[in-house]
Amino acid sequence: MATHDANLPLGRGMKAPAATRTRHLRKWGLPVETLVLGLTLLLWVVMALTTSTFLTTNNVVNILRQVSIDSIIAFGVLFPILIRGIDLSVGSVVALSGVVCATLLTAGVPIPLAIALTLVLGVAIGSLNAFSVYRLGIPAFIITLAGLQAFRGGAFLVSDGTSVFGLPKALSAFARAEWLGIPSLFWSMLVIGVVLHFILSRTRTGRYMIAMGSNHESARRAGINIKRIVFFAYIVSSVTACIAGMLLMARMSIGSPTAGVAYELNAIAAAVVGGASLFGGRGSVLGTFIGALLFATIANAANLLGIDSFWQMVATGVLIAAVVYVDNLHKCRQSGVK
Amino acid sequence: MSLLEVRDLKKRFGAVEVLCGVDLTLDAGEVLAVVGDNGAGKSTLIKHISGVYRRDSGDIALGGKAVAFDSPKEARRAGIETVYQDLALADELSVGANIFLGREPVRRWLGLLPVIDRGRILQETQRLIDSIESHIPDGASTVAGLSGGQRQAVAIARALYWDAKVVILDEPTAALAVMERENVIKLSRMLAAKGVGVIYIGHNLVEILEVADRIAVMYRGRIVHVARSEETTQEELIKYMTGYSERRESAA
Ligand SMILES: Nc1ncnc2c1ncn2[C@@H]1O[C@H](COP(=O)(O)OP(=O)(O)OP(=O)(O)O)[C@@H](O)[C@H]1O
Ligand SMILES: [Mg+2]
Repeated sequence: MATHDANLPLGRGMKAPAATRTRHLRKWGLPVETLVLGLTLLLWVVMALTTSTFLTTNNVVNILRQVSIDSIIAFGVLFPILIRGIDLSVGSVVALSGVVCATLLTAGVPIPLAIALTLVLGVAIGSLNAFSVYRLGIPAFIITLAGLQAFRGGAFLVSDGTSVFGLPKALSAFARAEWLGIPSLFWSMLVIGVVLHFILSRTRTGRYMIAMGSNHESARRAGINIKRIVFFAYIVSSVTACIAGMLLMARMSIGSPTAGVAYELNAIAAAVVGGASLFGGRGSVLGTFIGALLFATIANAANLLGIDSFWQMVATGVLIAAVVYVDNLHKCRQSGVK
Repeated sequence: MSLLEVRDLKKRFGAVEVLCGVDLTLDAGEVLAVVGDNGAGKSTLIKHISGVYRRDSGDIALGGKAVAFDSPKEARRAGIETVYQDLALADELSVGANIFLGREPVRRWLGLLPVIDRGRILQETQRLIDSIESHIPDGASTVAGLSGGQRQAVAIARALYWDAKVVILDEPTAALAVMERENVIKLSRMLAAKGVGVIYIGHNLVEILEVADRIAVMYRGRIVHVARSEETTQEELIKYMTGYSERRESAA
């Protein structure tokens, strides 16, 4: 037990005498996000200078569309991560919500009602996850892994194993629309991001999530309603996955049961690269966006340069390991422990 | 009338009787130390006072009124603050956020949405830090980078701010350097000077004799001796802590 704790790659629990030094470091902002942002910008500059196809309106809009959906899912996943949980089911929820919404629409249900019903599904899935974690005591990793399987299966069942066609034209028009030269999907992501950032940084609920993730016992003793926080975190995760699922459906003009495969891993990677700790208590919406932007940029660049997508996967993996390593180095130095 | 009165408190965990009839009184403005060997039942006793455990039998009265807390939250609301052995601060939150955790002042953003009043928290925290002179860098820095003594100061400041009637410190100096111990002793005296009743659990008798007005010795689930600190000595306390006096009595 003690050895396990000592092996946590975090500064938590290590008492640091170097309080003033820490303060100076903090003044310079959170280093991981800055590093990742720098890396992303560097990639943009290099790509802009070396290719003629990267910095074109078309391609930039493309990146923005891609990063929008990735970010929305990643924002959601950040919430369970903050309370030291995890949600592996979001990729499958993306598919399930897409085919459910598409099926409702092709059955003649009006658009607003179809969207509302799909969101209710998100609330139900989130509640189920939270109930399993909080009440039944099933580890989040296990229950959402079960969800990853089950909801994917559900998506195939609902759609009879094929894609659902024949969506209202208004939806694909929305997904293609631009306002002020910025794609509507990106606007959607901005709105969701701002709302979630606001909750996280300004409200009691947000603060209690961080308290719970960084010290469960202190949160409990402070009289925080843990149950409420757990439900909130998992519901946010599922509902944002449902929103992303519907946006993806609108963008592709089909409800596909194979949509969103492995999206949960991309989302978690974006949050972690953006400064979130899988041990809870640390992470931000802005950092998560930056993480998602880096991955979307890498994918786009690799595509333009004709780099094998297998290499792209390897590069992404190496990057995750490197960023988390650098982050740990920093934190260990900060808490005076080698 | 005493501020806090515990009478004939009993508790068993399974087959083990951990508290077998504890009597204890605490006055406002005093530091009462509770000493005793490991496993004597000190932490268990204070967890009954702070609402963590429920007693099997006995009475607890606060300000002359019988109380039975169902949760630490209720005890806190009644004015009993506990600084636990393990401190329980949220590392990723700032000093101010920790002091106000669970009781954040809220204002309406744009007259509508309830948001945490961060300005007020920061301001009040800064005032609090200045008043306890504990070298905490500032209210906005996170707790993660603080030393053990600074953490202890934050936890005590939290009790100070919320106008506690009773503050319980469970081995507050266990993990501290010498200089930091002095600071905790100073803070405890400061609390008592403000009229708070302080229960101070510790093992270091030199320190106990310095900080406490009265000392209660616990032995195997009972308070076997209470003395004013100026009227007792380390030798006498150790005698009671090791059960020497009990053995003598039973032999007689
Ligand atoms: N939840 C519990 N269940 C069963 N036994 C317990 C529990 N809590 C405490 N005990 C037992 O009760 C006895 C008293 O424990 P307690 O923690 O109160 O001692 P203490 O005086 O605080 O000791 P220390 O100086 O080591 O902190 C011990 O024998 C302990 O094993
Ligand atoms: Mg103890």
